[in-house]
Amino acid sequence: MKQVNQVKLGARFIADTPHRVSHDRCLWAARMRRDKVASEIPGWEEMRALASQIKRHTLSNLDEYLRQFEQRATANGVHIHWARDAEAHNATVLRLLKEHGATVVTKGKSMLMDECDMRPYLEKNGIEVYEADLGERIQQLDNQRPSHIVMPAIHKLRSDVAALFAKKLGSDPANDDPRYLNSVMRRDMRRNYVRVQAGMSGVNFAVAETGAIVVCTNEGNADISAALPPLYIASMGIEKVIPRQCDLALFIRLLSRSALGLSITQYTSHYLRPRPGQEMHVIIVDNGRSRRLAGEYWEVLKCIRCGACMNTCPVFRRTSGLSYDAPYMGPIGIVLEPSYNLNRYARLPYSCTHCGSCGNVCPVKVPIPELVFYWRDLIVRKHKDELTHRLEEGMLKYVLLDARNLSLAEKLGLWGLRTLPESLLDSPLNPWARAHANPEPPQETFRQYYNRIHRSDHTDS
Amino acid sequence: MKVGFFVPCYIDMLAPQAAISSYNLLRRFPQLQVEFIEQGACCTLPLTDMGYTRKACALEKNLVPLMLPYDVIVVPSGVCTDQFRYHFDSIEQTHEVKRLRESVFDIVEFLHDILQVKELPWARFPHRVALHNGCHSLRFLHQARPSELMIPDFSKPEALLKMVDGLEVCYATRRDECCGFGGTFSMWDAPCAGQQGLDKVNDYVANGLEYVTSADFSCLLHQQTVARKHGINLKMFYIAELLNGDAKP
Repeated sequence: MKQVNQVKLGARFIADTPHRVSHDRCLWAARMRRDKVASEIPGWEEMRALASQIKRHTLSNLDEYLRQFEQRATANGVHIHWARDAEAHNATVLRLLKEHGATVVTKGKSMLMDECDMRPYLEKNGIEVYEADLGERIQQLDNQRPSHIVMPAIHKLRSDVAALFAKKLGSDPANDDPRYLNSVMRRDMRRNYVRVQAGMSGVNFAVAETGAIVVCTNEGNADISAALPPLYIASMGIEKVIPRQCDLALFIRLLSRSALGLSITQYTSHYLRPRPGQEMHVIIVDNGRSRRLAGEYWEVLKCIRCGACMNTCPVFRRTSGLSYDAPYMGPIGIVLEPSYNLNRYARLPYSCTHCGSCGNVCPVKVPIPELVFYWRDLIVRKHKDELTHRLEEGMLKYVLLDARNLSLAEKLGLWGLRTLPESLLDSPLNPWARAHANPEPPQETFRQYYNRIHRSDHTDS
Repeated sequence: MKVGFFVPCYIDMLAPQAAISSYNLLRRFPQLQVEFIEQGACCTLPLTDMGYTRKACALEKNLVPLMLPYDVIVVPSGVCTDQFRYHFDSIEQTHEVKRLRESVFDIVEFLHDILQVKELPWARFPHRVALHNGCHSLRFLHQARPSELMIPDFSKPEALLKMVDGLEVCYATRRDECCGFGGTFSMWDAPCAGQQGLDKVNDYVANGLEYVTSADFSCLLHQQTVARKHGINLKMFYIAELLNGDAKP
């Protein structure tokens, strides 16, 4: 697979001023709301520390908690399936649908199902799939990935949605009033919902103590999937389990405050057992997670998929999620995706200024800034680093080796700044000049100043 | 107290005034014997930042003997201080290396925490000045409260700037959003770095701010040259230029 060039893809979004400005403003506003609600409840930092510890504990005893969850859920009448990878997950879903003769399904938002590329797989096998989350449905109609894990269509303007609906659903292209657009979607989806034979959703938390799964949404998209049809399938990564019901409160308090700056999601739905006459299945998926758990970057598994790191990331806000061309994007994406496919995602860990803001907003304290360093080091060790980086490294290791080399390089550099023509200094040969004017060369370096002062001290005495 | 004064590579060449003001400021304190570490070259950040951790080893080896003779090392750059303290990992972590790493301070930390400076009677700058806290000074050296953390408010650079007669500390609206320098990031991801930089300087302009200061001249170098590319006129001072009374409007 071709390597993703986030810089190039991101540059296109940056150049598109209306989209960039709207995207940046919406997400920065979410970050500001998050700051406000986090400051309004006591002990926010203690809550983050505790949540991080609970995740650490659970991940350290994952086998035990997963077995407990399976046992309790089974006792509640829920069917549990285990899937080693995406392929096994998708095959299990298809088998269940076929057993029930279901060909029309709806699903709530699920990052795991996106990670498994489930929708194209089901569609190839003759299943009609309708996304029940508005943003996700917009992305489905536009044949695009979600651009943000919580706000899948946040990179689009209202006018983009109006144009898309006009093309796909026959609405008025000139009307981009959100109420109108919502009504168009509602009318269309209601027609689909009555035909649905099975529903699917992801899982935010699985409680080992009770065997319940908990799904948090703002549109009730998981609820319609669970409540309407006779077959409900939920998919969860092995890291979604938490020990006790009382731990849940902490995570619920952190999740939506971090994600959107709301004190709680509109719907926090607990599914303990199937409705009378319904079958409920939970698929527990590994897909590389147990390998990740053994790696130095195991803390990525603490992530509760709130998207706070994306909202605060200065690079993400200006380049949008699609530029990462991966199921997971933004700060968590650049430290997670290389563990799925190092070749394809070897450039992602460089899409980071090392500002550290993501680490500070993360509700479970995933040390994203440290993990960026981890991946860059590994990428160099595996020889996946870019040629331009190698050239720079080759030069720097001599220039910076000692003061003598550095002084020589400085003299050369300053001579260049003072004497070379603008046309050469501003050419693409100078990577600095792409975004910057050239610095004004000073009269003398500090070393030269120091020597001058030092010499005059001597002459004075 | 024997103070080794370490001048980062980019400061020496492109912002010597930052080092000159810092050096002369330190020399004002009679209890300090300040020596410039002449043979010091670079903290190795440009290499480790790009993942060339093992290549940084030779550079680190060269630095250690140069820095050992001092009680403390003062560096006029937050980002380089962060490198010494938290990422100087390529060489064997002997007792000496560990002690060395603990003895490195950024100039703001040194003045605020070690010297506990209470007044700067020589410093005057009767203007509104935007304080830009570089990300490494802010989030890794903990020189001020980052806006993400729900902890009591504090700011070491602001406390020092308030000792400058007439100076009013101001901030951009997005007061601690990254300006996009990010070391080599500003070259290899020029479109994003340039946009971040432009957004930052426009934020100053929108707030009617003409002077900007920081404990990280790397951020200022980026912001200043991005501003110039777009024909925006802003004057940038390294924090020690203000604290030593060298800044001229």
